[in-house]
Amino acid sequence: MSGLFEPTLYMVKGMAILDSDGNRLLTKYYDPTIFPSVKEEKKFEKQLFNRANAEITMINRLTCVYRSNVDLYFYVIGSSQENELILQSVLNCLYESVSTILRKNVEKRTLLDNLDIIMLAFDEICDGGIPLETDPQVVAQRVSLRVEESPFNDQTVTQVLQSAREQLKWSLLK
Amino acid sequence: MLISVHGMKKDEEHGGSNPYQCSDKTSVLQEARVFNETPVNVKRSTHVLTKILYLLNQGETLGTKEATDVFFAMTKLFQSNDIILRRLVYLGIKELCSVAEDTIIVTSSLTKDMTGREDQYRASAIRALCRITDASMLQAVERYMKQAMVDRTSGVSSAALVSCRHIAQHSPDVVKRWVAEVQEAVHSDNVMVQYHGLGMLYQIRKSDKLAVTKMVSKLISSGMRSPYAICLLIRIVAKLIAEEESSAGERSHLMEFLESMLRHKSEMVVYEAANAVVALSAATTTTTTTTTSRDLVTAISVLQLFLSSPKPTLRFAAVRTLGKVAMTQPAAVTACNLDLENLLQDVNRSIATLAITTLLKTGSEGSIDRLMRSIAAFLNDISDEFKIVVVEALRSLALQYPRKQALLMGQLADMLRNEGGLAYKEAIASTIITIIEDNPDAKEKGLDHLCEFIEDCEHTTLAVRILHLLGKEGPRTSRPARYIRFIYNRVILENAAVRAAAVSVLARFGAQCPDLLPNILVLLQRCMLDTEDEVRDRSTYYHAVLSTRDPAIIARCILNPPMYSLSSLERALLSYLSSDTTKAFDASCVPAAPPPAASASLSSAASSITAAISGPEDVTSAVPALQQEKRSVSMHDKYAERLAAIPAFAGLGPLFKSSAPVELTESETEYVVRCVKHTFLGHIILQFDCTNTLNDQLLEDVSVVVEEDGSNWQILQTLPCASLPYSCPGTCYVLLAIPEDIMSTTGTFTACLKFQVRDCDPITGEPETEDGYGDDYTLEDIEISVSDHVSAAQRSNFAAAWEELGPGSELEDTFALTSLSSLAEAVTQVTNFLGMQPCDRSEKVPDGKNSHTLYLAGTYRGGQSVLVRAKLALSDGVAMQLTVRSTDPAVSEVIASAVG
Repeated sequence: MSGLFEPTLYMVKGMAILDSDGNRLLTKYYDPTIFPSVKEEKKFEKQLFNRANAEITMINRLTCVYRSNVDLYFYVIGSSQENELILQSVLNCLYESVSTILRKNVEKRTLLDNLDIIMLAFDEICDGGIPLETDPQVVAQRVSLRVEESPFNDQTVTQVLQSAREQLKWSLLK
Repeated sequence: MLISVHGMKKDEEHGGSNPYQCSDKTSVLQEARVFNETPVNVKRSTHVLTKILYLLNQGETLGTKEATDVFFAMTKLFQSNDIILRRLVYLGIKELCSVAEDTIIVTSSLTKDMTGREDQYRASAIRALCRITDASMLQAVERYMKQAMVDRTSGVSSAALVSCRHIAQHSPDVVKRWVAEVQEAVHSDNVMVQYHGLGMLYQIRKSDKLAVTKMVSKLISSGMRSPYAICLLIRIVAKLIAEEESSAGERSHLMEFLESMLRHKSEMVVYEAANAVVALSAATTTTTTTTTSRDLVTAISVLQLFLSSPKPTLRFAAVRTLGKVAMTQPAAVTACNLDLENLLQDVNRSIATLAITTLLKTGSEGSIDRLMRSIAAFLNDISDEFKIVVVEALRSLALQYPRKQALLMGQLADMLRNEGGLAYKEAIASTIITIIEDNPDAKEKGLDHLCEFIEDCEHTTLAVRILHLLGKEGPRTSRPARYIRFIYNRVILENAAVRAAAVSVLARFGAQCPDLLPNILVLLQRCMLDTEDEVRDRSTYYHAVLSTRDPAIIARCILNPPMYSLSSLERALLSYLSSDTTKAFDASCVPAAPPPAASASLSSAASSITAAISGPEDVTSAVPALQQEKRSVSMHDKYAERLAAIPAFAGLGPLFKSSAPVELTESETEYVVRCVKHTFLGHIILQFDCTNTLNDQLLEDVSVVVEEDGSNWQILQTLPCASLPYSCPGTCYVLLAIPEDIMSTTGTFTACLKFQVRDCDPITGEPETEDGYGDDYTLEDIEISVSDHVSAAQRSNFAAAWEELGPGSELEDTFALTSLSSLAEAVTQVTNFLGMQPCDRSEKVPDGKNSHTLYLAGTYRGGQSVLVRAKLALSDGVAMQLTVRSTDPAVSEVIASAVG
C-alpha cells in the first residue's frame, strides 16, 4: 500500500559489460520478470548503450548506473526505486575489481584474454541479485588464483612500459 | 589517447578483436570432448569451458540432451585440482542445472569441496550446491550449512547466508531451523556478512510482527557497522512505522532512529533514511501523521545538500526523491526551488528532466512564466521519452492552475508544431484534450489548436482521435460551422482511414446542428464518390439516415449507436448460427462494450518515468488503469467460456454480466472464499473460488450451502468441488432461478462452506488418513442487489437518448441521502449502487457547486435500456431527485424503488 520499498536483499536487477559497439561481452540479469527472453535483453542493452552517456539514467523503469573506459562499458541495473548509491557501490566494485584483475589495462582485448577470471569475479560480486561483496580488493583477491604468475612474468618490454605509463597516468589523474 | 592507439594496434596484431566471437555451438560442444581426457588437460579444458560459458551468456540455449552431456563431461573435471578450472566448473553447474537432468550426481563432489580445507573452494561450492539441491536433500547438508554460516572466513559465511536466502524462496520452512546461526551472523564484524545475516533474519521473522519489532529494537540499540545492513534496517523500520500496528511510543522510538540516521557518516545511509522519511510522510498524510513536519524538513534539507553534490548519482537520487515528495506535498519542496533551477543546466539530462518535472509541481503560479521559457530552450536536447515526462507535468500543472491554462495551451501548441515522434505528439494532444474536458472556457481555444495541428499531422491514429473529439465537442460550441472546413479538408487531403473518420464526424455535426444539415448533406453526397469502399459506405449510410430528418432514427444511428462488446457479439452470433435461425437474431442480450477507463490516455512511455518518480504505489495504480479496459472484456469472455464448459449450465443463454469478486472471508483465515455473481436472463450462478490455506489439511467434497431469508428464490443446483488441496484454488457453484416477479429480484443469502477434512503431511501434501470428517465454516452473507441485474452502457449523447426513450415510462422520486456529506460522494454511491455508466462526464462534480446533475445509462437483464437522471443538491446531507426512463415501465419501477 505505501510507497515504501519491501526490505529485501535482492537489490540488483542486472550487471553488464558491453564493448564499444554495444555488443554484450558479459551480462547477467537476476530478475526473470523484467525481460522474458534474450531478445528483449539485447534490445535493452542497445538502448542502454545508446542512451547511457551519463553516469546515471533511467530506462524502462530501471535505474542504470554506468562507467566506461577505452572500449569497455560497465553497467549496473536496479529497480527505479532502488537506492542509487547502493547500485553505484556495486558498479564501483565491478569496475575496480576488473581493473585490478586486468592490472589497470581496462580494455576489451585484455578482458577477453582473462575472460575466465572476469566471469568468476562477476559471480563473486552478485549472486542471483544479492550483492555478495562490494569491496573490489576482496573480490580481486578471491579470484586472484594464478598465484604462480608474477606480474611481469610473460609480458613483453613494451607491455611493461605500457603498464608503467598507465600507472603513472592514473596517479596523475587522481 | 595513448591507450586507444595501443588497443587498435593490438587488435591488428591479433587479427580480430574477440577470440570467442566466431565459436559456434556445435563446434564448441565437439571441443568439450577434451573434458574426458585423463589426466585432465587443464589448459584446454579451461579454455573450452570458458567458451561454453561465454556462449551461454550470449543467449545461446542448449537442449536438455546437450546440456546433460556437457554437464556430465564437466563432472570429469573434478579430477583436476586446478583452482580456476574447478571454480569454472561451479559456474558451469549453476548455468546448466536448470536445463540438464540428473544434476544431483555432483552433490557428493560439491559436499566434499564445501567441507574441505581449501577456502578457495568452500564458498563457491556452497553456492553451487544450493542451486542443485531441493528441500529433502538439504537435510543431508544441513549441519554443514549451519557451520558455514558462522564460519570465520567471511566469504564462506556470506555464501552460506545468501544461498540460504535463495533456498527460502522455495522452501521457507527448512531455513527457519537455522535461525540461531543467522542471528550470530548478524553480529559479525564483516560488513557483508552482517548485511546478508540481517536480510536472512528478516526473511525468517517477517511474518511475525512481534518478532520483527523485537529484532529491530535490539539492533537499533546495539548499532550496526555495515552501511548496507543499516540501509536494510531502515527499510524494515520504515515498513513497521507504515503498518501502524505498533504503539505510539514504539513509533516515536523508530522515528528517532530514522532521524539519527540522517546524520550518519555514510551518504548511502543518509540517503536511505531521507528517502524513508519522505516516503512515510507521503504514505501517512491521509491517516494519522506519524512523521512530524520537522522530520520531513530535516530530510528535505539533507536532500537539498545532495542536490549540489559533485557526484551525479547523488544528485540524481536526491532530485528523484524530491520529485516524489512534490507529488503529494509540493509546498515542502519549495525551499529547494533555487537548487533545482540550477540543475536545469546539469550535463546529465536525466537529472535536468527530473529537476524540471519537480519544479513544475512545486512552482507557484507566479513562476510558471519563467519555467515555460526555460522549457522551450530545454526541450530541444532531450529525448522523446523525457519530453513526454515534461508534457505530463504540464498536464498536472494545467489542472492545478486553471488561470494559467491559456499560457500552457500556447506552450503545448508550440510543442505540437515542433519535431517529435508519435508517442510525444499523442501525449501533447491528450494533455490538450484533458484541459478541454476540465475547463469549458478553454474548449474553443484548444479545439482551434488541435484543428490547426491536424492540418499537418502525419500520424493517422492521432488525426482520427482528434477528429473524433471534434465530432463530440464541436457541435456543442458556439459556432460549430467553423470546424466544418477543417474536417472537410481531411476528406480531400488525407488517407482512407482519416477520410472515413472525417465522414463520421461530418454526420455528427449534421445530426446535432439542424442549420448545418443541408450543407452537410451536400458534402456527404460528394464523399459518396470516394475511391475507398469504407468512405463511400459511410457517407451513403449517413446521408440516408440524415435525409430521413427523423430525430429518433438519427439519434439511434448516429449519436448513440449500439456499442457491443465485439468478442461477445461474435460468440452470440456463432451460437445463433448453430441454433434455430428462423427467428431473428436478438441483439439485446449481447453485453455492451465496457466504457474505456477514464485515465487510460496516459501513454505508456511516459508512465514508465512518472511512475518511477512517483513510487511503487503509483506503478500499481497506473498499470491496472491501463489494463482495466482489456481485462473487463476478457474477464467476461473468460467467465462465459468457463461456464459454457460446464454441462449443468448449458441452456441458460448468454452470460449477461459478472460481478466483481466479493470476499466472503477475512483475509488470512483458514479458508479464503470469494464469490462472483454471474447473471443470465433468468438465472444467477454464484461462483465460489475457494482456497485452503492450511497445509496440513486436504478438503474434499467442498460445497457452499446458501439460504435465503424469504422464499422468493429457488436454488436449482449445487455443484461441489471434489478436492481442495493446500493453496490450490478450487471452484464450486450454486445455480439460482431469478424470481418471476421483477420487484423481488433482490435478496440476501446466508452462506456456509461444507466439506470433508482429511489430515495430511504438511510437506508432501499426502493425506495421512483414509477417511475424513465433515466440517463447516460460516461465510459472510451474499447480497444480490439491483446492480447485479444492470450492466453499464455507454451513451455518447445522453440528451438524444433521453428524448428518444420519451416520458412514457418515466418515474420520478425524491430522496434525502442524509448520511452523505458531499456531492462527489453521492455521485459515486449512486453510480455504484445502480451499476450504471455515468454519461457526458457527469461523474465529475465541479468544485464549489451546490448542485449537480448526474446522468447514468445502463442495460437491464432482459436487454431493456435504462437511463437515469439524478439531480443532486447539497443541503443537510444530499437531496436527490431521481428520474428514470426505460423501454419497459416495470424496469423503471425496479430502478426507482431500488434507491431509498
